[in-house]
Amino acid sequence: MNPLKVFRIIAWGAVAIAGGVLIGFSGILPGAPQLSGSSTVSSSGVAAVGGSFELTTHKGRRFTDADVAGKPYLVFFGFTFCPDICPTTLSELTVMMGELGVDADRFTPLLITVDPERDNQEMLAEYMSAFDSRIIGLRGTPEQTAAAARTFKAYYKKVPLDGGDYTMDHTAGVFLMGANGRFIGTMDMDEARETRIAKLRRLIETKA
Amino acid sequence: MRSRIYAATGLALTVLVVPLPATAHDYTVGAIKIGHPWARVTPPAAPVAGGYITITNMGTEPDRLVSGSSSISQKFEIHESKVIDGIASMRPVVGGVEIAPGATVVLGSGGTHIMFIKPTKRFVEGEKFPATLIFEKAGPITVDFAVQGMGASTPPENHGGHGSMPQ
Repeated sequence: MNPLKVFRIIAWGAVAIAGGVLIGFSGILPGAPQLSGSSTVSSSGVAAVGGSFELTTHKGRRFTDADVAGKPYLVFFGFTFCPDICPTTLSELTVMMGELGVDADRFTPLLITVDPERDNQEMLAEYMSAFDSRIIGLRGTPEQTAAAARTFKAYYKKVPLDGGDYTMDHTAGVFLMGANGRFIGTMDMDEARETRIAKLRRLIETKA
Repeated sequence: MRSRIYAATGLALTVLVVPLPATAHDYTVGAIKIGHPWARVTPPAAPVAGGYITITNMGTEPDRLVSGSSSISQKFEIHESKVIDGIASMRPVVGGVEIAPGATVVLGSGGTHIMFIKPTKRFVEGEKFPATLIFEKAGPITVDFAVQGMGASTPPENHGGHGSMPQ
């Protein structure tokens, strides 16, 4: 069994677990009622990650899965009230895209905010200006956001804090989606940069 | 010839030694030693920023970082970030952070850290800003946080401590 195959099996296993977590917590997800009757997770435990979504870019343009059809893309769920993992992931992506140069034109990185309530378009536009201009910040209505999370089997939850504030729990990894729109695996910013670069190079080579 | 070697050595030493104070800075209050307070460059409009420090308790009694303040943010809090089963979460740390006698606690990126909430200005690389840390026993101390590049994950001199968990 080659390493890629092993990785795929592990990745699918992780997706199955994440899917299970998602379903398990679906009662407290924003827009949860739409989750009931979800048939995207089969009983075999293999969840189909990817599919349709409809959101708005940080520049105010409508953006759907049709905009990335035939091209590899990355999806990261985050929010601006996140001091560590979100800006670090975006800055690491920026560094890697700089390293890849024009090759980085061959995939589209997407940040989907899990906190559209606070991350309004104006704020997201300003925030995204710190990173590689090829990274697209996306936000939606609460329903669109919940639907996008379902599409990627991503998890997020609003957690109230004392004093009326709140924070968001969210899936930490970056989803790697092949040119055919299929999930290939995830990228974790704790991995060595060379490993991540290698994953991006493999992603670029995927065929529609 | 010899003087030239001395001069060259001197120059090399200057080059080696001079940049260090810019990256490494320590503070002491009572039995508490604070190593290299730093923060990361923030994207524009970022509503939060992390602050990172290493705290060593050189005394014989436990102490506790209980709170703090800074003129550069509306609020100063201590939060803990975690990634468990692929899910990132962050929660305020209630009651502060204990530092046992002889222990070193790293408040670092990706773990327990200081949260500057609603910074009044963007953090720019190379700049510094003051913040006051308040310890239960050692009392308050004002330190300068050095702002490092966006990609920074640990201060340069603390690579050995990377990954050590706060206790």
